[in-house]
Amino acid sequence: MQRIINFILSYRNAFLYGFLMVISLALTIRTHSYHQSKFFNSSKWIMGNVYGSAANISSYFGLRQENNRLVEENEQLRKLLFNPSKESVQEKDSIFKDYEVITANLIKNSFSSPRNYLTIDKGKIHGIEQDMGVITTKGILGIVENTSSKFATVQSVLNTKSNINAKIKNTNYFGSLIWDVQDYNVVQLVDIPRLVPLVVGDTIVTGAMSSIFPENIPIGVIRKYDLNASRSFYNIDVELFNDMANVKNVYLIKNMNKEEIKELEARTTDE
Amino acid sequence: MNNSLIINGFRFILLVLTQVLIFNTLNFLGFINPLVYVIFLYWYPIKGNRAVFMLTAFFLGFVIDIFSDSMALHAIASLTVAYIRPVIMRFCFGVNYEFQNFSFKNTTKVQRITFLGLLVLIHQVVFFSLEILSISHFLLILKKVFATGVVTLILCTLFSSLFSPQSE
Repeated sequence: MQRIINFILSYRNAFLYGFLMVISLALTIRTHSYHQSKFFNSSKWIMGNVYGSAANISSYFGLRQENNRLVEENEQLRKLLFNPSKESVQEKDSIFKDYEVITANLIKNSFSSPRNYLTIDKGKIHGIEQDMGVITTKGILGIVENTSSKFATVQSVLNTKSNINAKIKNTNYFGSLIWDVQDYNVVQLVDIPRLVPLVVGDTIVTGAMSSIFPENIPIGVIRKYDLNASRSFYNIDVELFNDMANVKNVYLIKNMNKEEIKELEARTTDE
Repeated sequence: MNNSLIINGFRFILLVLTQVLIFNTLNFLGFINPLVYVIFLYWYPIKGNRAVFMLTAFFLGFVIDIFSDSMALHAIASLTVAYIRPVIMRFCFGVNYEFQNFSFKNTTKVQRITFLGLLVLIHQVVFFSLEILSISHFLLILKKVFATGVVTLILCTLFSSLFSPQSE
């Protein structure tokens, strides 16, 4: 017994190293396959406030660009307003509303690691929930992953775990949007069948298959495409509309029918 | 002792904030975010308790992890560096670092930069290979280790000559 204790004591640093290593490896590997950790993320109070106050200062530097972007968007929205389509009267009534939009500011951006998470300055008390879609004026950005009372973290599209339903604009061919870590302006669209006619420069938008994003939110344009190893599906490189390195104002989309869809789907699979 | 505790605590907080607020958002050339907090492990007193040193390094990495949503990658990297620091020191400074009166003052500049360079290199290799965790991205890992490592080393050398603990 004495010798065992002596042995442990003489190698106590190695044991400590092993112990801490196992803890952190467990934490890391768990998040590779599951969601981001609930307890250790930057939506927490201290982290959120540190990022919030830093963003408070640095946000002044991009005001002009941000204003231009918002004015551009307003211009588009005005065009829609002045040229109303016939059936749009109904949509103004809140009963018929399918999606609600909440604005927020990005306080932490990240795009250089393989698993990027962003932090925004709105949380549960503002009505943010897990799995809400996040977009900017230009296109999609990600999906809400964790919330605290005043902050939330967003899983960016630039995340190897991200998998978003997307399609080619004006068609119904859809595939999954993933990211191969190489370039922060380019994501990949896979599972588009070979028979689909593609042209470089075609627009990619979100598909109708998910209950997170509304259909037809712009994502990017096709930069190049080739067939995958089995030669039956395309691998498409999509250049994002969004400049992922320069994002400030974001919109969160809440699907009002999500509960209903989820419930219906659950009931269908049960039977 | 008390004095060094305060200095190290102050350094800890300052380095976390610098790393998180400045260097994590740098994105030089799109992907270079130097991990300058390694300099904490370079500055940490040599004669302190080794277990305490490892725990501090682990905690330092972990705080930065929480800020940057990277789980425990920084923690693993800085823990590993803390664990093998004595080996690197013996390699760079020879056996005389184990003597009581050893201090950085008696070492040459080349020795110190080699020491710092090895710390940075090990830290980068562990961090990026675990971050990407795939053999098929070997070239990407190499590119990141090399580019970020060089920038980190330059910045750390600058820091160590600007805020040298020897002048305290």
